[in-house]
Parts: sequence; structure tokens; C-alpha cells
Amino acid sequence: MSLRAAARVVLEKELRVELRTRELTQTILFFVLVVAGMFSFAFEPTAAESRRILPGLIWLAFFFAGTLMLQLTFVREQANDTLAALRLAPIDPFAIVLGKILANFAFLAVTEVIFVPVFSLFYNVGVGAVLGRLLLVLFLGTFGLAVVGTVFAAMTAQARMRELMLPLLLLPVLAPVLIAGVEATAALLQPDPSLPREWLALLGGSDVIFLTATWLLSGFLIEE
Amino acid sequence: MAFTADPALGVVFERVVKRYEGVLALSRLSLAIAPGEFVALLGPNGSGKTTLLRAAALLLRPTAGLVYHTGGEGLSPEELRRRIGLVAHQPLVYDELTARENLGFFARLYRLPDAAGAVDAALASAGLAARANDLAGTFSRGMRQRLAIARALLAGPRLVLFDEPATGLDRLGRDWLDVTLDALRRAGATLIVSTHDDSVASLASRSVWLEAGRVVQDTAPGFQGRAASEVGR
Amino acid sequence: MANGRWWRSAAVATAAALAITGYAIFMVAPTELTMREIQRIFYFHAAAGIAAYAAFFVSFLASIGYLAARQPEWDWLAVATAECGLMFCTVNLVSGPIWAKPVWGVWWTWDARLTLTFILELLYIAYLLLRSMVREPDRRATVSAAFGIFAFIDVPLSYFSIRWWRTEHPQPVLGGGPGSGLDPRMMQVFVLTILSLLALLILLARQRYRLEALRHRLSRLAMEAEAPPEAAWAKGATR
Repeated sequence: MSLRAAARVVLEKELRVELRTRELTQTILFFVLVVAGMFSFAFEPTAAESRRILPGLIWLAFFFAGTLMLQLTFVREQANDTLAALRLAPIDPFAIVLGKILANFAFLAVTEVIFVPVFSLFYNVGVGAVLGRLLLVLFLGTFGLAVVGTVFAAMTAQARMRELMLPLLLLPVLAPVLIAGVEATAALLQPDPSLPREWLALLGGSDVIFLTATWLLSGFLIEE
Repeated sequence: MAFTADPALGVVFERVVKRYEGVLALSRLSLAIAPGEFVALLGPNGSGKTTLLRAAALLLRPTAGLVYHTGGEGLSPEELRRRIGLVAHQPLVYDELTARENLGFFARLYRLPDAAGAVDAALASAGLAARANDLAGTFSRGMRQRLAIARALLAGPRLVLFDEPATGLDRLGRDWLDVTLDALRRAGATLIVSTHDDSVASLASRSVWLEAGRVVQDTAPGFQGRAASEVGR
Repeated sequence: MANGRWWRSAAVATAAALAITGYAIFMVAPTELTMREIQRIFYFHAAAGIAAYAAFFVSFLASIGYLAARQPEWDWLAVATAECGLMFCTVNLVSGPIWAKPVWGVWWTWDARLTLTFILELLYIAYLLLRSMVREPDRRATVSAAFGIFAFIDVPLSYFSIRWWRTEHPQPVLGGGPGSGLDPRMMQVFVLTILSLLALLILLARQRYRLEALRHRLSRLAMEAEAPPEAAWAKGATR
């Protein structure tokens, strides 16, 4: 079976399970809402300050939401040992990981589409003029988060204290993505918005590099 | 369930070691199972039956030694996996999906030509047609086990591994299991069944006892009663 | 054992080299014009950084080696070099602020290379933490090899992101363009420091590797003591 077809079947299964339970999306939507509120209590920002801290807030909120959500992607497969069923199936192991990466990316992307306007309202920073470019930057960074997060969730699924382990592994590795994402977002939120090419290249390049490594390593990741 | 004309698969273990943290699950185990054999795998809990079955299903990589399949030479790993079915301890189905969705998902992964037809036939055979559109999570243990068996047999495997398949099945379910095993045997598939259940064991043509990760006894009528350690070398 | 004697001689030679290096740093190397004596920390500081990178690179190669060959020896090499690398990285990270305080006036600044070293430190602490959380030896080796590869390919990405993020960082001392560079005598002492720290790295990594090999042998012996390979058959047959 072609990789694309198999990944699609896995992706559709993930989406179907999520549409039925809504566990992941509900949880991260609420989590981001809580964080958005807490940050404004903690910083009580003025308009000028908001513009300065908002990029970091947005990215940290989504990154932490991602680490919470991604943990479950392989833990769910453990309940009934369904990962064994996937590994038995005559498909490339990368198809399993890729299907999950795409599903996780979709869940996070939906959260971002909903919450960018909320952040904009809460912090009184207009994003209408740069919305398309802002979402592009967010999606590029989120894809990297989904790739590395799904991979590390597979690695830690059998580890002790896995709930703690995932963010500890994930956040240092994603440091370059975080820096690039925050800087690109900050440049877009300036009164004179711009989108520096190097940050876009770094975000896209990280996605490609991480996805290639995942493709090469996926057979090892889901082993017993 | 679908029966295919592919040749049955045998499986050979050569001095297989599987080490978990501080525990030897398989300790230089050698065993050869020919295509078409029906083997009952017996032994106390923790003797390595589950590990042996999972190694035969290519789910785990031995720490040392060799596991390979006979009758499937030249097949890609994916084609080989397609011909192996596993009924494990856990049901290997999604609680959040209905019985029909579960089987439909695996039918698509296995690229069955008539997925819908195969799913309907499997549901009917397992006696789950009436509950086909209920979530697997709402099933009783026996129904889940029947769904698990239907899932494992969906693509017509030629080597079927059962890990205590009678668990959770009531009298009727056990009868259905016996009939299913017999049908598989007659269709020429290789069967390895770990069990504590004498009725299942009595169907088998060969019994292999495991203890502490090794074969301690092997009645192999088809093999003139040779000990497994000699067969597998 | 001839091998053991060789390593003992190597240990004595490394100890001597480190003593000579210490002497050379304080007695042979000239005093820097503006930073004065505090600049002498540079030798150990920068050489430790180089040793850390070398160790992490070997760990990265060993991780690839493990996944390619599945021999536990590669895993031992990966963990041995990662641990030693982390130690040198810590030396670099601790000696940096000691140098920075009198020269820059602050202990810590989010300068490019400080930040990169900090991220490196986090990555390899995470690596060791992951190892301690996965009990099953085969799985631990596989998982940590995969993480080791991700951690190391992250280094160039971090490098570029930080470089663009903090463009006002001080020029690297070596190869930082015209005007930078070391006095020849300083350069000699610096090369000597690098060589003796690399020797120390090899020595420590070898000891750590041996420890891992012995642990492996011990767990194997313990398992065999529990289930003697030859007696198991007879034990089962008599029951």
C-alpha cells in the first residue's frame, strides 16, 4: 500500500476517534483559554507592552498545549494494544507516524485559528491586516511541533513519568522553532509589519529536517 | 472470514533470547513449526508464551537469535505481515469506534478488495451483526474477544497466533472458537494457540510446553516425536 | 592485562599533560592587555567547549551506529560520550560567567554562544533523563539513540536561530574576521589545552564505557544465575 494511502487511512481514523470523543481538542482549547487569561492577570499589559510580549505568549501557550495533547497520541493506542495492530498491518511504519503527525497538526491548527482572534481581542493588538501571514508562520512552527512531538510521544510512551518527560525532551529541541516563530510573529505585529525571510526559512527548514529524520527513524520509534 | 490460496507460513525460532529488564522471557529457545501445523502452546504464566507469539508476529525484535518464516520466502516484510494474524491479550480494537468502523479501518489498511463485504461477513461470522454499529467500548468481554478474533482473521492470514483466545468467552463463544479454529486448520493455515484450556489443546496436532523461556516438552506426532531443541537446532 | 596497563599509562600521561597545561596557562602564556589575568580562564573555558562538541558528535555517531548495527557496544559508547560531553559542557557553562562578570559586568547574558551552550546542556540533560526513565535495556538503547540523533541535528538549527536572534554578540576569538586572533604563544598554550582535555575526554569516556560494559555483564550473569541455561531443560523435565 502506498505511503500516502496508508497515512490517509490512519489520519482518517485519528480524526474519526477525535470527532467522536473530542477529548484532545476540548482540552487544549480550554487550556489555551486559561493561559490567555492567566497571562493577562500576570502581566496586566499596556498596549505597547502587549505588542512586545504577545508573540512569546502565543507561542508558549500553543507549545504547552501541544505537549499536553501530543502525549496522548500513543498512550491512546496502548489501552487496547492497538499499536500492535497497526504495526502488524502491511504498511510502512512511517505511515502510522505520519498519519498521527497530520492529525495532531490539524488539532493544533484548529486551536490556533480559533485563538489568534481571542489573543488579539484580549491583548488589543490588531492582527487583521497580517492574518494570512501570521497563520502561515504559526502553521509552519506548529508542524514542527507536531512532528517532533509525535515522535517523542512514541519514544516516551513506555517510559516512566512520561507526562513529565515529554515537555522536557520536546522544548529544548524545539528552541530554534520557538525563537524563529516568536521573532517572525513579532516582526508581523510591528506597526510596520514585515516577514523576515530568514525566519521563514528556518521554520520551513526545521520542518523538512525533522520530518526527514522521522521518516528515517520511524521504524525504530514504534518498536516494542 | 476470507480464506486465501496463499501457502501457509511456518515459523522457526533459532536460539532466540528475549531479555526484558532483569528477566529472560525467552532463553535460547529453539522451535520449528511447519506450515499447516496446529500447535498448542502450554506452560505456566510467565513461561514466555506471549513473548514467543509476539516474536512470531514480528512485533518484537529478539535480543539474540533468529526468528524467520518458512513458506514465505521472497516476500517483502509488509507482504509477510499481511499473512500473519494475531489474537493478543488485549483486543487490538479501538473502544471509540464501532465494531463495523474497527473492521472497516483494518480492511482498508490491509487493502481488501471488497472491504465492505469482508467486514459484513466477518461481523456475521462472529455473531456481531446486530451490534455492528455500537462502540466496541460498550461490548462485553466475550463480544470484544469475538471482535478481536474477527479482526485478526479479516485478511485471511496463513499463520494465526492466538494468545489464550478462550479468555472471556462463554460456552457459546468457546464453541464458536473451536469451529473457527477447525475451519482455519482445514483451510490449511498454520495455527499456534497458547492456552490453559484443554478443549482447545485437544484440537491441536502438537503440544509444546514452555517453562522459563524454553521448550521443556514437545509432542510432535508429525515429526516422530523429536524434541524441539533438535528440530530447531 | 596488557590493555589495562596501556590505559594506566595513558591516564598517567594525561595527568601529566594537564599539570603541564596548568603551568603553561599561568606561567607561559602572556597576559592579555585589557582583560588581564582573568583572560587565562579562556584556555580551559574554550577547550572544554570544544571537547564537549567533540563528545556530543561522537555520541551522535554512536547513536547512528546503534540503530544501524543494534550492537549494545554502540549504546555504551553513546551514553559514555554524552555524559562526558555534558560534564565538559558544564565546565564551559560555569567558567563562562566567571570570566564574564569582571569583563562584561554581568554573570549571564543571552549572548549567542552562551545561549547555544545552554540549549546544548538542556538537550543532553534530557538525553540522560530519558535514559533513566526507560527501564528495558533494548528499548532504552533504541529510544535514546533516536533522541541523540534529534538532539544533535538540532544543534545547527539552534546555531542559526540564535545567531540571527542575537546579532550583537561578540565576535568569536578565532576566525572572527580580521583583527581577531591570538598571540602565537597564546595559540600554542590553547592548542596544548585542547589536546590535554581531549585526552582527558577519551580517558573518561573509556572508563564510563567500561562501567557500562561491566553493568551489562553483571545483569547477564544475574539472569543466568536465576535461570541456568543448561539446567533449565532438566529442571522442567523432572517436574
